[in-house]
Amino acid sequence: MTGKSLATRETRTVHYVSGPLIFVQAVRGVSFGEIARIILPDGEVRTGQVLDISRDMAVVQVFEGTSGIDNKLTGVQFTGEPFRIDVSPDMLGRTFSGVGKPRDGGPEIFPEASVDINGMPINPYARDKPADFIQTGMSVIDGLNTLVRGQKLPIFSGAGLPANKLAAQIARQAQVRGEGEQFAVVFVAMGITYKEASFFMRDFERTGALERVVFFMNLADDPTIERLATPRCALTAAEFLAYTHDLHVLVILTDMINYCEALREISTAREEVPGRRGYPGYMYTDLATIYERAGRIKGRKGSITQIPILTMPDDDITHPVPDLTGYITEGQIVLSRDLFRRGADPPVDALPCLSRLMNLGIGPGKTREDHRNVADQLYASYAYGRDLRRLVAIVGEEALTELDKKYLKFADECEKKFITQGDENRTLEQTLSIAWNLFTMLPEEELKRIKMDYIRKYHPVQKKG
Amino acid sequence: MIEGVVERITGPVVIAHGMKGSRMYDVVRVGKEQLNGEIIRLDGESAVVQVYEDTSGLVIGEKVANTGLPLSAELGPGLLSSIYDGIQRPLPALVKASGSFISRGIMLPGLDHERKWSFSPRVKKGDRVAGGDILGTVPEYHIEHRILVPPGVSGTVTDVHAGDFTVTEPVCVLDGHTEIPMIQRWPVRKGRPYLTKQDPTIPLVTGQRIFDTMFPVTKGGTAMIPGGFGTGKTVAEQTLAKWSDTQIVVYIGCGERGNEMTDVLTEFPELQDPRTKRPLIQRTILIANTSNMPVAAREASIYTGITMAEYYRDMGYDVSLMADSTSRWGEALREVSGRLEEMPGEEGYPAYLATRLAAFYERAGRVVCLGSDGRVGSVTIVGAVSPPGGDFSEPITQNTLRIAGTFWALDTALAYRRHFPSVNWIKSYSLYLENIRDWFVQGGYPDWKEMRDTTMYLLQKEVELQEIVQLVGPDALPESEKAILEVTRMIREDFLQQSAYHDVDSFCPMEKQYWMLRVILSFYERTNAAMARGISLAKVIKLPVKSEIGRMKELSDVEKIKPLVAEIDRAIAALEVER
Repeated sequence: MTGKSLATRETRTVHYVSGPLIFVQAVRGVSFGEIARIILPDGEVRTGQVLDISRDMAVVQVFEGTSGIDNKLTGVQFTGEPFRIDVSPDMLGRTFSGVGKPRDGGPEIFPEASVDINGMPINPYARDKPADFIQTGMSVIDGLNTLVRGQKLPIFSGAGLPANKLAAQIARQAQVRGEGEQFAVVFVAMGITYKEASFFMRDFERTGALERVVFFMNLADDPTIERLATPRCALTAAEFLAYTHDLHVLVILTDMINYCEALREISTAREEVPGRRGYPGYMYTDLATIYERAGRIKGRKGSITQIPILTMPDDDITHPVPDLTGYITEGQIVLSRDLFRRGADPPVDALPCLSRLMNLGIGPGKTREDHRNVADQLYASYAYGRDLRRLVAIVGEEALTELDKKYLKFADECEKKFITQGDENRTLEQTLSIAWNLFTMLPEEELKRIKMDYIRKYHPVQKKG
Repeated sequence: MIEGVVERITGPVVIAHGMKGSRMYDVVRVGKEQLNGEIIRLDGESAVVQVYEDTSGLVIGEKVANTGLPLSAELGPGLLSSIYDGIQRPLPALVKASGSFISRGIMLPGLDHERKWSFSPRVKKGDRVAGGDILGTVPEYHIEHRILVPPGVSGTVTDVHAGDFTVTEPVCVLDGHTEIPMIQRWPVRKGRPYLTKQDPTIPLVTGQRIFDTMFPVTKGGTAMIPGGFGTGKTVAEQTLAKWSDTQIVVYIGCGERGNEMTDVLTEFPELQDPRTKRPLIQRTILIANTSNMPVAAREASIYTGITMAEYYRDMGYDVSLMADSTSRWGEALREVSGRLEEMPGEEGYPAYLATRLAAFYERAGRVVCLGSDGRVGSVTIVGAVSPPGGDFSEPITQNTLRIAGTFWALDTALAYRRHFPSVNWIKSYSLYLENIRDWFVQGGYPDWKEMRDTTMYLLQKEVELQEIVQLVGPDALPESEKAILEVTRMIREDFLQQSAYHDVDSFCPMEKQYWMLRVILSFYERTNAAMARGISLAKVIKLPVKSEIGRMKELSDVEKIKPLVAEIDRAIAALEVER
């Protein structure tokens, strides 16, 4: 590599500083995407990455921010190396900063490898089909929007909604049936508060899961631009644990909106043409390079399952961040303020939720033969009941037909008994049997989404008769 | 060979100096790692190159070599059942070359140059042939792969060989010197020539009721499927790829999910084409340039795909091409345009977006192929569109609307209540209805158009009635209008809804579609007639035959559906006797 000979090259030609970017003049042999060390006049060393180079100028984004950088004495060393982090199985149980340095006061890890954080795209042909049902113990997920190993399933939340509680519960309860094997968890905090981060830490501690967790922390008061590297560092560690050490890794990324803010900041500083709401036009591609790192690979044992959490600004699901996320991820779990107020726990609004890989993980031999039908029927009936609520608000319940009144009741009960579960950890059988009990509220001929055979076999009334 | 040096690097765009004499869209190799790229702008000594691979590690001053050739696809036997990336690198071979992750600077031929194919000539010495004439055939699975004289070549056959050859070995010689191998190379950005375009008059039968009966597309036509995330674009595209009655399917995963391509790859070999009973993969070409693969290759992927589609069209086959999603292609265009610092048009898209989209969709069509035998082939394009926030006013949707002949609008509200395919019947349209009417009449469905129009009328009426119900409640409606609400509910639930995963319902033959609709509409007619004679609607809708109608979908035998018309008559007549 040309890198080695250039590693010692240092210039003091910072010409122009703007926001998180510095423009360095008269450099030669700089490579695109390489890491630079920025040495401040007071001796502090920061890390930066080359974003753009031309004959006489290199643009470097500084992860820790540009305050204190001057255009006279600040030195810039180009390392000739891409952004790498050291990885090792010893990372489990440790806490790292947003760029992968220990921040728990412990020693540096002894690296097994040093890996480029950008990774490389997985060849679609080398991907293995996700197929293992993950039982999260949450009815609304297991029953209606099943998670499978290797999936990326985000939680769309709103400010003040308990997304963290849900994510922690999933991390605690998630297991593949019949294996009892637990996941290693990579927890990625991007711009969240200390309070939120410590909620997760305490929860993992309480359940004794701490030694299975790797924390990457970029908190709200840490440098913004560092957030661009945080998920990539964390996923690099996750890939190492999954594909080199055969672990099944669950990656929780929170909060993606803060990541996108950082992306927007860089884009604005580079004076790029803005897309919707000022976010850069390439945000889709950029997010994809994070989310698409979930999956399974043929011939390797481990897997990466992602649960990104993002707060929808003003609960708006069409905001660019949830919108582009929804286009990349394989479904979404959506929290609703309305249900939260009604007391549902978790307040998951089942209607906009989706798991695209559900069909791969359910059915005979995996869950139960009637699973698909039950989910479809519950959805259709619940949606119809919800529609009626609006009608009732205008014309009153008396105006409804007998059948419609049953549907209205069905929707209420569905939220109370099926969606709400608190801290309970339900097996899939429990979830399905709650659903079947709800179906007894409706006339049998309304259960059009369910095969006759299954009605005969599983319908509580039919079974008795 | 022209050779320059790298002068500027910004993401996937590289500017090279000393490239004077290069042509637009020439393929270049960039740097020590020999990254593949394509010239997209010329400016004096400089050339702007979009690079198909990640440019990390590239240094100013590295060499840029012009190959002098445009980006081309290799065409010949062996395309079927292959899976390629956006610039026709075979993905299985890439796994062999660089492992599970795609590394850079690898160039592999699109076709297997070692494999031998059995060639049977159709011409003999002394025949005069010209571009498009069939020289001979090669069996490729169950498809007769026709080896054609390349466009623009003609002469007298002086030598022709039967037997097993690799794609690069000559199988025929013209005028004693022009050797013709089975392989052809064609620049992907240029449409392949044909004699004349024809009017599309034959529907593409997809086995999906909402498409075939309500909003059909023709062979050689174009259709677009826009929809927000989760509305089922990909499922719709895959369903079309599975069940369309074309001999060849080209499926382009353009900037979409990796796991979805894996799904296609594992599912298609197992599924059977309902018409030929062959594994679906044997008629399919897959192009997978997932969202995390380089954007420039994503931009090229739809051209690579359509070139392959045209190649099989030229043999006289019907080809359907599914592009999922054209929005990601547009975004790749936007990203590259942004790096070029071009003046942005709407929402940052380049001003030439509409032109490029139109040029792509116009490569669809039913054509008389080159060659003397007058054979006809077609390419049908179905493009998915992913509008941000599900808002159809955005540029890609709007520009596509101007070109596409069929519009299948996917609807978030329908998807939320799990009405799939979530095609909104009020917003969608097809411009081909009149063109294909004769096909239905000749096929034994003379009143298809009338039935369809009645259905549309009822569904439209339902929207109006629902508005009234929302205001004053259902009791305020007269009986006759309540009957409309009952029957439209049947149309929605028992006809339009179709499960892509049900073993019988996923594919619904034309005859079954026709009879299902006919049963529902005759239920409506008989109910109306009965009500006119004073029978209450409440009684009619309690008839057991109604739940039989609800189970029609699950029946594979259309002979069990036909008698329902008579059964409705009987049941309603019985009600009258009761009185």
